[in-house]
Amino acid sequence: MTQPTPFDEMHNADGSIREPYRELDRWLREQPPQALNLMATDAEGIFRRLGITFAVYGSNEGTEKLIPFDVIPRIISAAEWRRLARGIEQRVRALNAFLHDIYHRQEILKAGRVPEKLILQNAAFCPEMMGIDPARAVYAHIIGVDIVRTGPDDFYVLEDNLRTPSGVSYMLEDREAMLQLAPDLFQRHKVAPVETYTENLMRTLESVAPEGAGASPTIVVLTPGIYNSAYFEHSFLADQMGAQLCEGQDLFVEDGFVYMRTTSGPERVDVIYRRIDDDYIDPLTFKPDSMLGVPGLFDAYRAGTVTLVNAPGTGIADDKAVYTYVPEIIEFYLGEKPLLSNVPTYNCTNDDERAYVLANIGDLVVKEVHGSGGYGMLVGPTSTRAQREEFRNRIIARPDNYIVQPTLALSTCPTYVNRGIAPRHVDLRPYVLVGDQIRITPGGLTRVALKKGSLVVNSSQGGGTKDTWVLEE
Amino acid sequence: MTILGRTAQNLFWLSRYIERAENMARLLEVGYRMSLTARREGGPSEHLVSMMQAAEVDEAFNAKYEVADIASVAQFMLFDEDNFSSVRSCLKAARTNARSVRTALTLDMWESLNAAWLEFAQMRPRDVTGPRLQEALQWVKQVSHQFRGALMGTILRDEGYAFATMGGYLERADNTARILDMKYYVLLPRANLVGGDVDIQQWTLILRAASAHRSYRHVYHDRYKAWNIADYLILRSEMPRSLAFCFSNINRTLDMLTEVHGARSDAHMAADEARAMLEGNSMEKIFAYGLHEFLTEFIARNNRVTDALSESYNFY
Repeated sequence: MTQPTPFDEMHNADGSIREPYRELDRWLREQPPQALNLMATDAEGIFRRLGITFAVYGSNEGTEKLIPFDVIPRIISAAEWRRLARGIEQRVRALNAFLHDIYHRQEILKAGRVPEKLILQNAAFCPEMMGIDPARAVYAHIIGVDIVRTGPDDFYVLEDNLRTPSGVSYMLEDREAMLQLAPDLFQRHKVAPVETYTENLMRTLESVAPEGAGASPTIVVLTPGIYNSAYFEHSFLADQMGAQLCEGQDLFVEDGFVYMRTTSGPERVDVIYRRIDDDYIDPLTFKPDSMLGVPGLFDAYRAGTVTLVNAPGTGIADDKAVYTYVPEIIEFYLGEKPLLSNVPTYNCTNDDERAYVLANIGDLVVKEVHGSGGYGMLVGPTSTRAQREEFRNRIIARPDNYIVQPTLALSTCPTYVNRGIAPRHVDLRPYVLVGDQIRITPGGLTRVALKKGSLVVNSSQGGGTKDTWVLEE
Repeated sequence: MTILGRTAQNLFWLSRYIERAENMARLLEVGYRMSLTARREGGPSEHLVSMMQAAEVDEAFNAKYEVADIASVAQFMLFDEDNFSSVRSCLKAARTNARSVRTALTLDMWESLNAAWLEFAQMRPRDVTGPRLQEALQWVKQVSHQFRGALMGTILRDEGYAFATMGGYLERADNTARILDMKYYVLLPRANLVGGDVDIQQWTLILRAASAHRSYRHVYHDRYKAWNIADYLILRSEMPRSLAFCFSNINRTLDMLTEVHGARSDAHMAADEARAMLEGNSMEKIFAYGLHEFLTEFIARNNRVTDALSESYNFY
């Protein structure tokens, strides 16, 4: 699967322009020399004024930074998108069915299709969720599926983010910025809108309100506060929905119901889009020292008086070790063949596979099972000898704590860099909403590794973003 | 629907902090000009010290600095984070409050605060010496005007507006009272009703601190007189920094809250008590009571309005 040259989304092997990029190519040729540079400067101004920042943990340069934005959009054809969307929809249906099963009868474990130990002894399994029936049997309502591409028809799912996926505000603001920066470029394409996302988010949240909430349920966004790396996004989404942006201290539970503290006293809350991790939502049920959560929240949830979005315990379905079983999960619940492939993954607890991994670590990508955001990760080809040695020892010590994958030749997109336009590696995170129906926003967040040759696209590791266009026919 | 108590609190304080930044700039401007032109009454430092006393930051200053000259005082009033009322502290606190309630702010309000903070972060003490100091102080005032403009021009006239507005007026009333108190003794009526040169100079500065030195003439058609100046800043309801003006607006804003909540709160009672010192009062009575005593009592009653707001509307 590793290719000598990565797939270029704009150019065919013979240098000709691929169909979806024809008009962009013409447009780029028409631009005067300084145009892209000016756009890049304007873009920075737009984002800085809006306060679109994120925090980098462990960084000394203050708590706020801008995520670099690349002014050249990434373009996906209608046909490519149809394929992707079908595959994504299949995946999220199967994963929600899996979650319902795991927290009820556990048929898939009884059938021996997924090892019992892998689930029941997994830190991401949440025994408190056993027997709870969330509205519409939806556990993961808001999902970001990380997809990489290696060829014209080769898409792989790298990760399913079912906990509290972030980045959707960048998808929306990148589009907003792009519309301001290059309106003429939009006029020359039929780009599917992404602005429908917030409207669909509201519909989704309303559709999973508890019974008795009435026609217009009260929805709040629960944030850990301004020091969280995704705080901008929390406030952005609350603002877009006209929902209250609450911190734990703004909510309390009394007689089994959740209330917020308003200037005129308590007001009932029906749906909580929480951007706080499971462990911190309720100090009485989970981490007792959490200051971020709401004491008694989980009891109210169990009693069905409030809906938590996403449900606690969804992490068991996007666990990196469970990931390898997703094709199995799709077949078990839907009786269908997976439409989107997983990246082949080595299991280090298997002696043969571990031996292969240890011998070839320089060609592989090693990920910590519970790591995220590009922390605790080794990219073999760009690692130092010392790093490889360290990860070899870590794998030997705790083989179950790592998954290993071949280094994928991620596709590249033309990107504006210091000296002009150059190919840089990208991935794609489409956003999926699951409620009364499944809604997938056409496009998603394209993350781009700005360093030449780098395969790590995470913003915490110096990655940037691009506006992502799905063309309509 | 009513808003979160925390949101109300943040809006209230963010507006206060911006108003305070403006007032700190005004005070510093006055202190600076007094120290430039002072001849008879003490050395330069004395004006700066009494200015800091008025702002109640003199103790924090003394704990850290040896000499109150214009360089050290400007550094302290503009940039020093150990001074909770410095322009830096105010802008920072305002922006932090704003970030916590981003959703309650309009984009224009947020942009004005954010841009101000980013711009201020570029400013260095060495850039604001000499003639550049007044430029910097003017900039701070502009920031405040811009924020207030964005507030007035773009925010929904709901509860959020009420709390934000109230924060600004309570802070301004407090500050005007303090400016007056700083030099109350030069305003006291004396046998010779026409002040000497020094008095006139000090009165001008008091008026200037309230951007009132020009408009004074339009209202009084008279030379500067102590009596008028006190009247102007205390009782004249058309003067936008006077105590009477602030409280007539506070009253109107509280009425908005009554409408939203369906009842008057303790905050109304507290505001009534402060307003009672202004309505139907006259300078004769105020001087008879004692100007300093009057101002001290007013500042205390003004503070109680904030306390009552916190209690009544669930700030936490």
